[in-house]
Amino acid sequence: MNIHIQNGRVIDPGNKVDAKQDVFIVDDKIAALGQAPSGFKADKVIDASGLVVAPGLIDLAARLREPGFEYRATLESEMQAAMAGGVTSLACPPDTDPVLDEPGLVEMLCFRAKNLNCAHVYPVGALTVKLEGKRITEMAELMEAGCVAFSQANTPIVDTQVLMRAMQYAATFGFRVWLQAIDPYLSRGGIAHDGEVASRMGLAGIPVEAETVALDAYLRLAKNTGVKLHVTRLSSAAGLEAIDRARAEGLDVTCDVGAHYLHLSDMDIGYFNPQCYVVPPLRSQRDRDALRRGLADGRINAVCSDHTPVDDDAKQAPFAESEPGMTGLELLLPLTLKWAKEQGVALPQALSRVTADAARIMGITKAGHLQPGARADVCVFDPDTLRTVSRDSLKSQGKNTPFLGLELPGVVRYTLVEGRVMFGN
Amino acid sequence: MHNPQLNKHGELQHLLTLDGLPKAILSQILDIAAPFTEVAEREVKKLPLLRGKSVFNLFFENSTRTRTTFEIAAKRLSADVINLNVSTSSTAKGETLLDTVDNLCAMQADMFVVRHASSGAPYLIAEHLQRTGRDHIHVVNAGDGRHAHPTQGLLDMYTIRHYKQDFTKLTVAVVGDVLHSRVARSEIAALTTLGVPEIRVIGPKTLLPTDIDRMGVHVFHDMREGLKGVDVVMMLRLQNERMNGALLPSSQEYFKFYGLTQDKLALAKPDAIVLHPGPMNRGVEIDSAVADGGNAVILPQVTFGIAVRMAVMSMLAGS
Repeated sequence: MNIHIQNGRVIDPGNKVDAKQDVFIVDDKIAALGQAPSGFKADKVIDASGLVVAPGLIDLAARLREPGFEYRATLESEMQAAMAGGVTSLACPPDTDPVLDEPGLVEMLCFRAKNLNCAHVYPVGALTVKLEGKRITEMAELMEAGCVAFSQANTPIVDTQVLMRAMQYAATFGFRVWLQAIDPYLSRGGIAHDGEVASRMGLAGIPVEAETVALDAYLRLAKNTGVKLHVTRLSSAAGLEAIDRARAEGLDVTCDVGAHYLHLSDMDIGYFNPQCYVVPPLRSQRDRDALRRGLADGRINAVCSDHTPVDDDAKQAPFAESEPGMTGLELLLPLTLKWAKEQGVALPQALSRVTADAARIMGITKAGHLQPGARADVCVFDPDTLRTVSRDSLKSQGKNTPFLGLELPGVVRYTLVEGRVMFGN
Repeated sequence: MHNPQLNKHGELQHLLTLDGLPKAILSQILDIAAPFTEVAEREVKKLPLLRGKSVFNLFFENSTRTRTTFEIAAKRLSADVINLNVSTSSTAKGETLLDTVDNLCAMQADMFVVRHASSGAPYLIAEHLQRTGRDHIHVVNAGDGRHAHPTQGLLDMYTIRHYKQDFTKLTVAVVGDVLHSRVARSEIAALTTLGVPEIRVIGPKTLLPTDIDRMGVHVFHDMREGLKGVDVVMMLRLQNERMNGALLPSSQEYFKFYGLTQDKLALAKPDAIVLHPGPMNRGVEIDSAVADGGNAVILPQVTFGIAVRMAVMSMLAGS
């Protein structure tokens, strides 16, 4: 099928394109920008007047809850959420049940996802068996099965010798290792950012050092082993400074931040709102502001949803006993746009953090841009219209977000995956 | 943000914390408590203010003393009191907190007195009642995690007012394990609201919360320095399990540096009063000579505690 998207503002950050022009899609690929290819005859015309035409979003962390947590969400429900959010490629962390530590499981997930024909799913394999931090996984086999990187999700490796060996082994093959900086001891028993708010509310604190102490170790080991390290879910100003220092010493390291960390701080916990319980914890306003600036100037390379659907029952518990996490696939674009507007970041630069930059971290070349020949994954959205987040408006099975009831900018009108219109009409 | 413990007229709907509770309401509770202390002196120790009301003591964490004083307070107001030790019943069978609450609401509860090991649990219940339109049911926080123990804070304020009258001229020291103490948090909040010009906290760094100085207190690690010239010494209970680990090396060393002895108390004003929320660990945080000495007001605290709880309950649900 041939699709002609006309009159839109085409923003392709990876190719420095920002112009009003038409996009021509032939079958599953981008055929041309601007001028129609010779002999092009549209089967469908999408009028994108007043809208932005961008590469489909790439989300570095979306929990689809399969296998193992189907009561929280299923591939079907979360794929609908991805489509509604304009997310056409996503990486899913290995903390499923069972953990993504065997090639068979990864193949099964890829197979299930492929059959649904929605967003492209890129599993992140477990770095250690069962995420226990004791034995490394069959990384090469897992890579062949479809993994794009290896991680420990939210479960840090306690034994630093295992961590170093895992990095060495991954580096042998040039595999990417994605790690969230959590010191297992300094974070032990903690629930909220260790500061005035947690002290006042009597919530056990997680000091910033839980991030920086782990980060210092990871960065040194990355230098020693030569592994391609990507630091996930940075939460603090000091964490970002540690990355700056490592870069100044010549280490090639990337990092990302969850979209909600750009807007929330520990103050938002308010009267023990379990919707604000996340890992890592929401830190101080100073930390939040540093993350916002870091993403703007590119020291933080990408922003992701860290989508974690949690059922209502698991959130209706006292703060510390509730399940951590926020739903996010459908809020990734609005929260990124809100940050860009408030921070004075130009739209192409903001979109880069959820398209081209994210693709680079994931190591995929066929998506994240609109160059002729690229996969025709496209997100067409209205950047200015405000929409109120409501339980009914969210397609995800997880309604767990403190943004319910808030107006956010950005409404997705069409989502195309490999030249098929999967959302919008 | 909506303060969940006040109704839309700004009146007390639940008692969840003293942090942010208006001074007028705080003083009102203390004023209402005053005549209730006399009820205990009467031959018939009962008032009909809560007649026909059902008060559920919902204790998710073990407690004898607090539960008993709430029970006595409710009974003196003629309420029917039902004690539930949930730690040993429903939740052990897997029932959620809110399911337990819904079941008790179906039994026509008028008030829940809640103790829970998790900070914020009473807020969850209060919010649930509000969301489901059950505004006639009240929640009293009887201690949640490390967060708050508002009736203990109130009875401490009552005690201080009884002996010292004017809050605005006092220097008060809170001593010990502030980190794990819901009592300390409620005390500091109330003392601040009532206008105490100097609040000190005294303890080793391992037992003081991060950024506690932002709560408007002066931090001392040297107890002798911290006790100089104070009018009120508020001791905190040190739980034995804090002793095994990285927080403190031994109870002997703790007592030597942070236990209240006659000799350290001598640095305070001669007429200083000593409070303790109980149960005391003699020889750990307080020496027997002080606990039983002339400056201690620990037993009057217990008596005032009943009056203060009567005041809170009658304000919330009284006819």
